[in-house]
Amino acid sequence: MDFLITILQLIDGTIRVSTPLILAALAGLCSERGGVIDIGLEGKMLGAAFVAATVAYMTGSAWLGLLAAIAASVALSLIHGFASITHHGNQVVSGMAINIIVAGLAPTIGNAIFHINGDTPPLPHAARFTAIDLPFAASLADVPVIGPVYSGVISGHSFTTYLAFALVPFVAWMLYKTRFGLRLRAVGENPEAVDTAGVSVQWLRYRAVMIAGVLCGIAGTSLSTSLGASFIRDMTAGKGYLALAAMIFGKWRPKTTLLACLIFAFTDTLQARLQGVELPVVGEIPVQFIIMLPYALTVFLLAGFVGKVVAPAADGEPYIKEH
Amino acid sequence: MTGPGAQAVSAAGGAIPPAVELIGLNKHFGPVHANRDVCISVPRGTVHGIVGENGAGKSTMMAMLYGFYKADSGRIRINGEDVHITSPSDAISRGIGMVHQHFMLVEPFTVLENVILGVEQGGMIQGSLNHARKELRRLGEEYGLEVDPDARIRDLPVGLQQRVEILKALYRGAETLILDEPTGVLTPQEADHLFRILDTLRSQGKTVILITHKLREIMAVTDNVSVMRRGTMVAHRPTAETSKEELAELMVGRKVLLRVEKGEAKPGECVVSLENVSYTDDMGRERLKDINLSICTGEILGIAGVSGNGQSELLEVLSGISPISRGRIMFKGEEIAAPGKQSNPQELRRAGIAHVAEDRHRMGMIMDFTAAENTILGYHRGKEINGPVLMDLKKVEGRCMEHMEKFDVRPPIPGLAASGFSGGNQQKIVLAREMEENPDLLLVGQPTRGVDIGAIEFIHKQLITMRDAGKAVLLVSVELDEIMSLADRILVMFDGRIIGEVAAKDATEQALGLMMAGCENPAAGKQECGGDE
Repeated sequence: MDFLITILQLIDGTIRVSTPLILAALAGLCSERGGVIDIGLEGKMLGAAFVAATVAYMTGSAWLGLLAAIAASVALSLIHGFASITHHGNQVVSGMAINIIVAGLAPTIGNAIFHINGDTPPLPHAARFTAIDLPFAASLADVPVIGPVYSGVISGHSFTTYLAFALVPFVAWMLYKTRFGLRLRAVGENPEAVDTAGVSVQWLRYRAVMIAGVLCGIAGTSLSTSLGASFIRDMTAGKGYLALAAMIFGKWRPKTTLLACLIFAFTDTLQARLQGVELPVVGEIPVQFIIMLPYALTVFLLAGFVGKVVAPAADGEPYIKEH
Repeated sequence: MTGPGAQAVSAAGGAIPPAVELIGLNKHFGPVHANRDVCISVPRGTVHGIVGENGAGKSTMMAMLYGFYKADSGRIRINGEDVHITSPSDAISRGIGMVHQHFMLVEPFTVLENVILGVEQGGMIQGSLNHARKELRRLGEEYGLEVDPDARIRDLPVGLQQRVEILKALYRGAETLILDEPTGVLTPQEADHLFRILDTLRSQGKTVILITHKLREIMAVTDNVSVMRRGTMVAHRPTAETSKEELAELMVGRKVLLRVEKGEAKPGECVVSLENVSYTDDMGRERLKDINLSICTGEILGIAGVSGNGQSELLEVLSGISPISRGRIMFKGEEIAAPGKQSNPQELRRAGIAHVAEDRHRMGMIMDFTAAENTILGYHRGKEINGPVLMDLKKVEGRCMEHMEKFDVRPPIPGLAASGFSGGNQQKIVLAREMEENPDLLLVGQPTRGVDIGAIEFIHKQLITMRDAGKAVLLVSVELDEIMSLADRILVMFDGRIIGEVAAKDATEQALGLMMAGCENPAAGKQECGGDE
């Protein structure tokens, strides 16, 4: 029974930890399906996390924090768009620039406002997205099987987590069923075809990066106001890159990307749980090795396991009309 | 400026205004005057050819009509009405459709998805897909343009992809269809099929503008023809009143030889032979399958085929770029390649195999380097141009100058970046580099791709000179005319195999075309061939 509870706790943790990863991976997916590489997920998420925590702390409202974070993240997207869409700049360089700027700027501003080493003060309960108990969660808790699964694993997550999972089918629906999705996928494959069909390549791509901005804004908010209770410098800790890896592992498709995010989140949860635990045969594994787990898995999966991955044909290619 | 022919053939249309009129169009790209006072009048219900060399301004003119570029000055009239076309969607709404040289299709999409892209009705696509499915069936029957609406573009052969492009234009209500170099990627049979489609379109009252540099096509299918040279319209003719020779002269501005003059080949001993050679690419696909061939001194061996059937890979294994997975390659009595054994291109160059790569921009030159630097690419380790430590740049420049004089490269400036030369002159720089090393075997891929008629004549003469000097030449080209006029023996490749061999003097376009479409025995008739339908 203990073992089962451990498993359920792991799954519960996985769902929670996967939230920013799913949102960021969907952001990357929308952007790259439109042909704009988004290595700046990390920076946008970090910027959003900072703004969300700051605004939530000052206003006492998580919702205002979320809105402000989205606005900040979209602004960063637009810088990326201006450099790479309007001016045909190198998308990786532009994205990296955002990561570097935010990594320095957020703690600097934070320090200027709060004077605590670039972090924000801890958020009060009311200024956070906290656990939502789904209907009947309390009354079903004692029912065997259903109880632990529904009340223990499915219920009790924050708004951002439920939103992240709901957005997966939504993005899939948008990509494959709507006019915008059709055009977005087309512009990532062959922008000239879109241009000759009389549709603006630039406007489509701007919309793609703005969607990525919105999603990164939510992702960052979940980090500092839901998973955590304040902004801590470098709190994204490579999650943006991990999300990018998940997107590639998921072959730029929403549902497989979700799966990839869950795998990464699971190893992350597992490593947190394995720290300091005596394992049979091998004994206690040094903590450094355990922390390495999700990253090692990333390398392993991307290097060999994924098979042939075909990116959108025009991913990373600025669209320049001849002459 | 309207040619006398325009009226002559529009008799059927009576007083109907021309479908398209361009009046005094001008377009500059920086210092280049790409279109100078261009005028043209295309009567409705006709097929109108536009010929000219590369860079003559044909595509620029059509890009203005299609709203891709904005004209600096001049007027566009459609059905007698002045219009302002500022974007492709303007052009589409005016009934102008365009089939681009490089298809504007999204490869992973289905035919239907490509057809509705840009003209979807409403925010959801399902309704548009259903509507397009019905429309495609109707258009297919009306014009003989059947195609599976659910097929993915990347799974379709080029002939059908082109059909999708035409359907796309018709679905958007095109009354005038512009086709830009439509036959470049087609087998002769596919091209014939296309011409029949154009005939049907014409008989249904559609207007077709055909841009091409192939004079044979102009003669075969058009009613009128306009000739462009260096950005200006130099002549308009009814097709029935002109000839290939006259058109060629108008295009180039001087008399040109369309036929290569050459004597009998005197083949000697074999220089290179491939024995059961196969090659599998990095993706695991077998690109060459059991190739056997040999090339002798004093002959040109031509490889014909629709591009993508293994010709590029053949050049790559022979030049040491790709390893082979089975068989072996012998050169002057020595084994130069076998499974697990690959000579690198540098060793092979030294041994006497020169390679004029198919894709000049990607493999033959470095476009940002100067002509002088490009002159020594691949031969830059040569003793004559290197001192003990530094390269002797004076000598490099001197060699480049020699090449330029001998091959008539213009402008003769060794310090000019390769990208500053026209396609023909770039190719001459590459050819000079490879030929002047006096190789025993010359591999040539698409020697006249993107090269103007005047330079083509020169390049062909040089290849014949190589042959007559007792060298072995392997010529890969998708231009059937070129293969037929230059080669002494012709091999046809299909799906990585050599599907047939003919002596050039016995070759007919018909037979070669059928083999290019995958028919091993052309005499057996078309229905037994795979690939082409």
